[in-house]
Amino acid sequence: MNVTIVDYNSGNISSVINSFKEVAKDKVNIGVTSDLNKIKSSDKVVLPGQGSFKSCVDALNKINGLVDTLNDFVLTNKKPLLGICVGLQMFADVGYEETETKGLGWISGKVSKIDNQNGKYKLPHIGWNQINILKDSKIFENIKNNSHMYFVHSYEFIPKNKEVISATTEYSSNIVCSIEKENIFGTQFHPEKSDKIGLKIIDNFIKFND
Amino acid sequence: MLKNRIIPCLDVKNGRVVKGINFVDLKDAGDPVEQAKIYSDGGADEICFLDITASNENRDIIYDVVAKTSKKCFVPLTVGGGVRNVDDINKLLNSGADKISINTAAVENSKIVSESSKKFGSQCIVVAIDAKKNGDKWEIFSHGGRNNSGIDALEYAKLMEENGAGELLVTSMDRDGTQVGYDIDLILKISSKVNIPVIASGGVGNLDHLVDGIKLGKASAVLAASIFHYGKHTIKEAKEYLERKGIPVRN
Repeated sequence: MNVTIVDYNSGNISSVINSFKEVAKDKVNIGVTSDLNKIKSSDKVVLPGQGSFKSCVDALNKINGLVDTLNDFVLTNKKPLLGICVGLQMFADVGYEETETKGLGWISGKVSKIDNQNGKYKLPHIGWNQINILKDSKIFENIKNNSHMYFVHSYEFIPKNKEVISATTEYSSNIVCSIEKENIFGTQFHPEKSDKIGLKIIDNFIKFND
Repeated sequence: MLKNRIIPCLDVKNGRVVKGINFVDLKDAGDPVEQAKIYSDGGADEICFLDITASNENRDIIYDVVAKTSKKCFVPLTVGGGVRNVDDINKLLNSGADKISINTAAVENSKIVSESSKKFGSQCIVVAIDAKKNGDKWEIFSHGGRNNSGIDALEYAKLMEENGAGELLVTSMDRDGTQVGYDIDLILKISSKVNIPVIASGGVGNLDHLVDGIKLGKASAVLAASIFHYGKHTIKEAKEYLERKGIPVRN
């Protein structure tokens, strides 16, 4: 099994690398690369993302052929991909952070600023919050409902089709925090920073068979 | 529901913990990696390292400490102390830190906050505010508390938010090390002034002080050092106490 973390200069991915390597031990090969051929030949791909929606999309586009390769991997070959934080947000058609920016368009919807009810809630939404699991997801195997996960974000993904939502979290409103649509997975929270329970989610993603 | 966070802070000098946990079963009481691991296993919501290394030749040791810690602790790791420029931030993040706290460099030039939050995202930029009361206001100090900038703490907090800070770590210099409790006035005034999370710091001597920081100071997170280091309380005890007082914590 080869799992590849896409390194596209989207900010700090060392924690993602460390957590996947910790979970994989020597049983699964964890690669970190922007090499298109290596991505193509992977069994599973992880798409991290830090910073703004726009900066991440720009960084993806900067690497020639990367978006096409990811499109093939996910849409044509239907292989599993896990997006983390802005990595998940980029699944959307469009994002509104900094300026209106086109996303990957894998899951119809938009990414907009969390409504903090005129300052009643602090932003970013930082810290440990509980997830409300709405449907069975391969990455939630043996994860208890209401488990705590670590969040840090000011924008939220609002998918058109609510059936793709696998979990939400309660803040100023119910925020979508996990997605599963066929082979496409995403978490708004950071499993790599969510202690043992987060590592379990990573383990689930690494281990499930299609 | 979002939980209030408890953050133990370790002072690290030349790669060694200065004030450490007094646990007999520690193989190496001065090893920051081992101590951070104890905290994260004990339920700490985040770990904070404050690098107080004075000499320039030993400044790079912290990168190695951060790299080793981030391979063992899977909760957010904040690193501060001696962060001078965007390159320092980059190196710490690449070593495995999740957030960087900036103090003196931000007082000298707020551009480091806007530049770094743009480059790395606000989520990893924490501005550390060291404030001391002067009459009915608080003034910002830099250089580990040695220099009085004369800048008003409330205005500075707002300015840092506008520059893209993701969080503010507010330390009362009047209270730091005294164990008489946070400067609640200061914490409350700043957390009411800004719309980003505030971490209360400086002066914790008992668990009620943590409660006060959240309930009275409206802090999102509470940072403490000595009450955890000297084995007075464990993180678990602190969480259980907060929960009994009606404060939501991760358990």
